[in-house]
Formats: sequence, structure tokens, C-alpha cells
Amino acid sequence: MDVLWASRLQFAVAAFFHFLFVPLTLGLSLLTAIYETIYVKTGDEDYKRAARFWGRLFLINFALGVVTGITLEFQFGTNWRYYSEYVGDIFGSLLAIEATLAFFLESTFIAVWAFGWNRLSPKVHCLAIWLTALASNISALWILIANGWMQHPVGYVIRNGRAELQDFAAVVFNKFAWLEFLHTVPAAYVLSGFFVLGVSAWHLLRKNEVEFFRKSFRVAAVWTAVFSLFLFVEGHLHGTEVAHTQPTKLAAMEALWETEKGAPWTLFAIPDEKNERNLFEIKIPKLLSLLAFHSTEAEVKGLKAFPPEERPPVNLTFWSFRIMVGLGLWFVLLSLWAFKNRENPLQSPRMLKALIFTLPLPYIAIEAGWMVAEVGRQPWIVYGLMKTAEAVSPLSPVQVTVTLLAFVVFYAVLGVIDFWLLAHYARKGPEPVKA
Amino acid sequence: MEHNVFQIIWFVLWGVLWAVYFVLDGFDLGAGILLPCVAKNETERRAIYQAVGPFWDGNEVWLITAGGATFAAFPKTYAVMFSGLYTALYLLLFALIIRGVAIEFRGKVESPGWRRFWDFLFWIGSLIPALILGVAFANIFKGLPIDEKGLFRGSFLSLLNPYALLGGVLFILAFSVHGATWLAYRINGELRERLARDAKILWIFEAVVVVAFLLFSLKLTPLWNNYLKAPILFVFPLLAVVGLLLIPYFLNRERWLAAFLSSGALILGFTAWGVAGLFPNLFPSSLNPEWSLTIFNSSSSPLTLKIMTVVAVIFVPIVLAYTFWTYRTFSYRITKEELSYAEGY
Ligand code: HDD
Ligand code: HEM
Ligand code: HEM
Repeated sequence: MDVLWASRLQFAVAAFFHFLFVPLTLGLSLLTAIYETIYVKTGDEDYKRAARFWGRLFLINFALGVVTGITLEFQFGTNWRYYSEYVGDIFGSLLAIEATLAFFLESTFIAVWAFGWNRLSPKVHCLAIWLTALASNISALWILIANGWMQHPVGYVIRNGRAELQDFAAVVFNKFAWLEFLHTVPAAYVLSGFFVLGVSAWHLLRKNEVEFFRKSFRVAAVWTAVFSLFLFVEGHLHGTEVAHTQPTKLAAMEALWETEKGAPWTLFAIPDEKNERNLFEIKIPKLLSLLAFHSTEAEVKGLKAFPPEERPPVNLTFWSFRIMVGLGLWFVLLSLWAFKNRENPLQSPRMLKALIFTLPLPYIAIEAGWMVAEVGRQPWIVYGLMKTAEAVSPLSPVQVTVTLLAFVVFYAVLGVIDFWLLAHYARKGPEPVKA
Repeated sequence: MEHNVFQIIWFVLWGVLWAVYFVLDGFDLGAGILLPCVAKNETERRAIYQAVGPFWDGNEVWLITAGGATFAAFPKTYAVMFSGLYTALYLLLFALIIRGVAIEFRGKVESPGWRRFWDFLFWIGSLIPALILGVAFANIFKGLPIDEKGLFRGSFLSLLNPYALLGGVLFILAFSVHGATWLAYRINGELRERLARDAKILWIFEAVVVVAFLLFSLKLTPLWNNYLKAPILFVFPLLAVVGLLLIPYFLNRERWLAAFLSSGALILGFTAWGVAGLFPNLFPSSLNPEWSLTIFNSSSSPLTLKIMTVVAVIFVPIVLAYTFWTYRTFSYRITKEELSYAEGY
């Protein structure tokens, strides 16, 4: 395997694996904080048990989020040496700011929370989980500002043979980055919401701790419905921004080959990349122009308008996008259903079954989303500025192949153990009420 | 001119980040190295995990930040160093992954076999980072074969030269003593007596290796040259030696915290000694001094350094404040009763 491909695969494995754990961290920390706050406000012991129960699952998940993050942080230097040299002036500082602002806060207060049940007053203890949640979300913001800059570089000049910072505010307030933040973080909340709903549904169907899980359910149902709707609307805005800034990605997302005025939206197609056409398609006229540019007659650039070596892989991008959006629609419907039944979820066993079966789906949607964003960006590592092939470190294929294999083996084992532990503790249910 | 000032500020901060990392993570790595040797039963093992549990993750963030700061302030050094030391770095990372997971998972299943398994990984995951960090820094002190394009001309095995291995042994010993003093400070009873005894024995080896390393450096590295130019720098090795000598002094008087702080002073002084000796190099070339990466030829733009300085000035004190608070809150004596309602793990 050549160094470029091995490095890309390795980055993808590391990033995807990291992102199996990140979303639950982002959302479940907040939900735990909400449950604990209700406990502190009302004194209802069930909410304390809820904070402990969901918090324990949060901790199990958190462990892998942390350890897999560290490898990502160092991979830019190990595998993408020329990238690091070229953009370190901007990109490096964003990573360093993330660590300083967020990682210390996060990893300090998560420990304060985990070890502090008997040492801190309830209020201070509750503050610790809020700070943890805040820190995770700050971390997401800065890493997405960094990623947003790779997607849509702003505020730089090319000087001394590299990209140098010219306008820090432009980098921090990069619209693309904020749209990513406002999409990724609510997506994480949706995932966490369905996690809580799914686990609660499982226990409710077994009539286990009904009162306890009804309470958890109610909060999560409101939460999930709000963020599912938000995500749907924001996703659309995100798409229009992509249409303006990354035309090749849009064309790949839609498998659009010819440049067209009043372009149709493709519901289904089998893109044939070799022959630059779709084998079979179902289209809705003019919808793409309307969605992307808010006008039925707007021109949308097709893939053929770009040289083949500047086009991303079409099939992967197209299908990932369809999977994400399709699931997004389902999440809206299901979360509204759960919202409707939030006071008495047991009256609809069908809904509860649907929730259990839906629990893993947000994971798929989230990974598919990253697939769209990252694969759709290819062949650029920094859109329009630097190609991925120019970024890779001068390593030997053996070196990278060995680490790649190590990643796959290691992560597979750790992932299985972690999900097994999550399932084990989720099934076990909350600690019994103390006599 | 102004650019130089910021480059020097970031050089100092770079050294500070590494020093704080070694002082803090050093004790929990050391605890991991000692675990199988000192703990006789499950209660004692749990006491050791309990003594590092609230801190290890925050400590490790100093490593992430040291890496991040290298990336931000000296991107070219980050790029050349991390790609050049590829294999060593991944060994370090995989070890840290195993270790973090071991701490979190071991208490999650009630089975002696399960715990044994993670205890072993915790040990390996503590030993390897100590070894690799020592080997890496000794190699940097000595200079590495990088050419004019910043390509690493050596191999992983060439990193394992005698001087570097001595550095590795030094780190393992220093972290073990550091860990032992921390555990002695935190844990009561019979285990403490054993820890104190072990610390004193290990200290003898540590002292020999520290002195040997400082002397070999005279012959094998240019580190001491800066000291002749600016004798004020001698405070750093002096701090290291004083710290070293005070460790057994305080151990004999059963002043555990003071012994731990002395060990911290040793690590701090030692790191400062090495970093100050490197100046202005970050990653010296052994092939040709011209090809060395220095703070002047590998740094970020003045604007980036300025912004980073503002961030550091505001946030590092805040980080230190709540870190200190956490240490105050959770540095209680670990007794049997304490363990019976232990939280977290
Ligand atoms: C949208 C959110 C998001 C994204 C895209 C990423 N991360 Fe992440 N990361 C988090 C959100 C997050 C988090 C939620 O804040 C984590 C998960 C678990 C945790 O401890 O914090 C985290 C942990 C985490 C850690 C460990 C922090 C610690 O020890 O406490 C590091 C070093 C990184 N990440 C680095 C990265 C890098 C270099 C990424 C890019 C390739 C990346 N993360 C993508
Ligand atoms: C955690 C969520 C993320 C996922 C799931 C993800 C996914 C991916 C995937 C699949 C690739 C490989 C693309 C290919 O080879 O065709 C990739 C590449 C890359 N991504 Fe991401 N990414 C994530 C976040 C980020 C972030 C936040 C950054 C930057 C801060 C980033 C930087 C990169 C870089 C540098 C590459 C280079 C390798 C390449 O382009 O092939 N990624 N990512
Ligand atoms: C429901 C309609 C949705 C629309 C219209 C939509 C739209 C988009 C678009 C256009 C992108 C690509 C942005 C880029 O290339 O940078 C994207 C990325 C992404 N999507 Fe969605 N999305 C939807 C639902 C979802 C759902 C339900 C999830 C997960 C629960 C999700 C998770 C993600 C993630 C993680 C990314 C990558 C990060 C980013 O670029 O923001 N999306 N989405």
C-alpha cells in the first residue's frame, strides 16, 4: 500500500473511531447535568439516580473519546508533515487554543464529578458536570473552527511559502465553521437523546423501574424533538453554504454531471463514475436549484465543469448524503412521536420498539455526515489551497502499514469492550433506592 | 526584533509545558510502574488507583498541550520531529491509549482475572511512555540525523544508542521515585512503609543515573555550552541536585509531601537544565548545525505568536488555579474506610 493511501486510511480510521464516542460525550454530559440540576432544585432522589446512571454510561464512553483524541492531535505531524508546515501558523494555533481552553477544563472537572459525590456540596458537584459539558462543547467549537478553515480557508496570506495568519477574527468567525458547529453539535445532541430514549424504552417495555425511566424519558423526548427539528433546518442552510463555497462537493453530493439551470433534485441514482453519468435516476425537477440557491432557475455546476482530478469520489459522497438526510427525516418524525407520548410513553409500545431499534441509527447518520464533509472535500486537504497528496509525510510504506494495522486491531478490540460495557451497564439499570 | 522576543517567550513556554508535564504525569506514570511491585492485594491496588484516579487525565493534557504548542508556535519543528520520530511516537501513543483505558475499565467488571489483565496493561502503559520520553529527549539533547530538507536519516534502532537508553532509564527511575513519594503521601499504613523503603532504594539508583547522565552530557552533547555563556543558568542543575538530595532527607523524617515536592523540584530542574541547554535549538541536527531547527527558523508568524501569548497569559493561570484546587480537594489520606465508599472506579 502506498504511503498516501495508508495515511488517509489511518486518518479515517482514527477520526471515525474518535467520532463514535465524541457525540455521546457532547450530549450525555449535558443531559446528565440537566438531570442533576433537577435533583438539586427539587430534591427528587430519582433525578439523582438518573444523574448517576446516565453519568456512569457517560464515563464509560468518555474514556475512549479521550484516548482516541490524543492520537488525532499528533497525527497531523506524524502523517501530514507538509500540511503541518504549510498551515501550522493558523491550524496549529487553533488546536493549541482548544487544548488550553477546553481539554484541561474537561478532564479536570470530569474527575471532580466522578470522585466528588461524597466530598462536595450538591451544588458544587452539579457545577462540575456543567463545566465538563461546557468544556466538551468549547472543544467541539475550536476543532470545528479548525476543520472549517480546512473546508473554507479565510483570513490568511501566502507568505514565506506557507499560509500565514492575517486576520484572526475572520478565522474565528468563519461562517462555514459556525455552520459546521451548529450542525455537528446538535447532531451529537440528537444521538444522545436517542440513546437515552432507546435505553429508557428498553427498560420501560420490561416494566423495569417504570417511574425512573418515565422521568428520564420525558426530558429526553423534549430535548430530542427540539434538536432533530433544528438539525433539519440548519442542515439545509449548511447545504446552501456548501453550494456557494464548495461547488465540487455539492455536485458530488447530488451526483450532478451536467451544469444546468433549474437543476433537478435526485432522489435516487446509481452514479457511474467511469462514464460520467448516472445509470438510473429518479428526479424532482428544479428542486436542487431551489434548495441550493433559493431560486428555481439558478444555475448549478455539474461535475463535468471540473477537471477529473479535482472531483471527489462521487458514489461515497452521494450515498452518504442520502443516508444522513433520510435518517434525519426519520429522526424528526420519531422524536415528534416520542414528544407526543412523553408523559406516558407506555401507552405506545410500538413507539418504544421503534426507539430501541433507532438507537444505533444516529451513529450511522453522524459518520455519514463526516463522510460527506471529508470525502466530498477531496482531493483537497485545504480546499482550493493544498492537495491531500502534497501533504503526506515522507515515510516508508512499511511504517505506515504497521501503524495502520495496529490501529485497526487495537481500536476494534477496545471498541468491542467499550460497547459491551455500555450495554452491560445500560441493561443493569440504575442503582436501587437506598433504604 | 519584536518577533525574536515572542520566539523566546514561546521557547520558555515550551520548556515550561514539558516540565509541568513531567512533574505532574511523572507521578502517575511512576505509580503505574510500581503497581505490580508494591501492591500485595486488591485493597492496596485499589488504593493506588484511587491515589492517581482524579488526576491522571488532567496531567496528560499537559502532554497534549505541549504537542499543540509545538504545532502552534514552531510548526516546522512539530512537522519534522513528529514525522521523523514516527515509530517511537506511535509506541508512546498506543501505550497511553492502553493505559487510559486500563484505568477506566479495570473496576467495571467484578472478576480477578479481568482486573489482573488491566493491571498488567496499566503497568506496560506506564513503563513504555517513561522509557520513550527519556530516550526521545536524550536523543534531542544529542542531536538527530536530519538533513537540509528536514528528512530524518536515521532509523528507529539508531535512536536506541547508549546515551539515549541511559535517558530512558533515568526517566523510569525518576518517575518511580516520584510516584512512590506521591503514594507515600496519600496512603496510610503498611503499604506506606513499603513504599518509603522502596523509594529509598530506588533513589540510590536514581542518584547514580542522574549524575552519570549529567556527566555524559558534558562529553556527548553541546548542552553545557550555554552554561558557560550564561552562568546564571546553573540555578537549574543546582535545583535538580538540591531536589535530589532532599528526597531521602525528607523520607527519613516521614515528611511525605516535602519528599514528593523535592522529587518534583528534581524533575523540574532537570528538564529546565536540558531545555536551557538546547537554546535556541528545538531539534538539533547532528549532521550539520546549519540544518538544526531553531526557534528562529521554525516559528510561526509574529501575529500568531502574539495571539497565542495572549491566550496563554489569560488561560494558563486559570488552568493552574483550578488544577491546584482539585489537588487540594482530592489529596486526602486514603484509608480503608475511604476505599469502602470510593467513587469513580
Ligand atoms: C465535534 C466535536 C469533535 C471533533 C470533530 C473532534 N473532537 Fe476531539 N474531542 C471532542 C470533540 C471533538 C470532545 C467531545 O471534546 C472529546 C471527546 C471525549 C473527550 O474527552 O473530549 C474529545 C477529545 C479529544 C482529545 C482528548 C482530550 C483530553 O484528553 O481530555 C484530543 C487530543 C482531541 N479530541 C483531538 C481531536 C483532533 C485532533 C480532532 C480532529 C481531527 C478531533 N479531536 C475531532
Ligand atoms: C471526527 C470527525 C471527523 C471524521 C469522521 C473525519 C473523517 C475523515 C475522513 C473519512 C477522511 C479521509 C478522506 C479520504 O481519505 O478520502 C479525513 C481526512 C482528513 N480529515 Fe477529517 N474527519 C473528522 C474531523 C476532522 C477534523 C475536525 C479535522 C481537522 C481539524 C480533520 C482533518 C482531516 C485531515 C487533515 C484529513 C487528511 C487526510 C485526507 O484528507 O485524506 N478531520 N477525515
Ligand atoms: C436532515 C437533514 C440534514 C441535512 C440537510 C444535512 C446537511 C448536511 C450537509 C450539507 C453537510 C455537509 C457539510 C460539509 O460538507 O461541510 C452535512 C454534514 C454533516 N452532517 Fe448533516 N444534514 C442533515 C441531517 C443530519 C443528521 C440527522 C446528522 C446526525 C445525527 C447529521 C450529521 C452530520 C455531520 C456529523 C456532518 C459533518 C460535519 C459538518 O460538516 O457539519 N446530519 N450535513
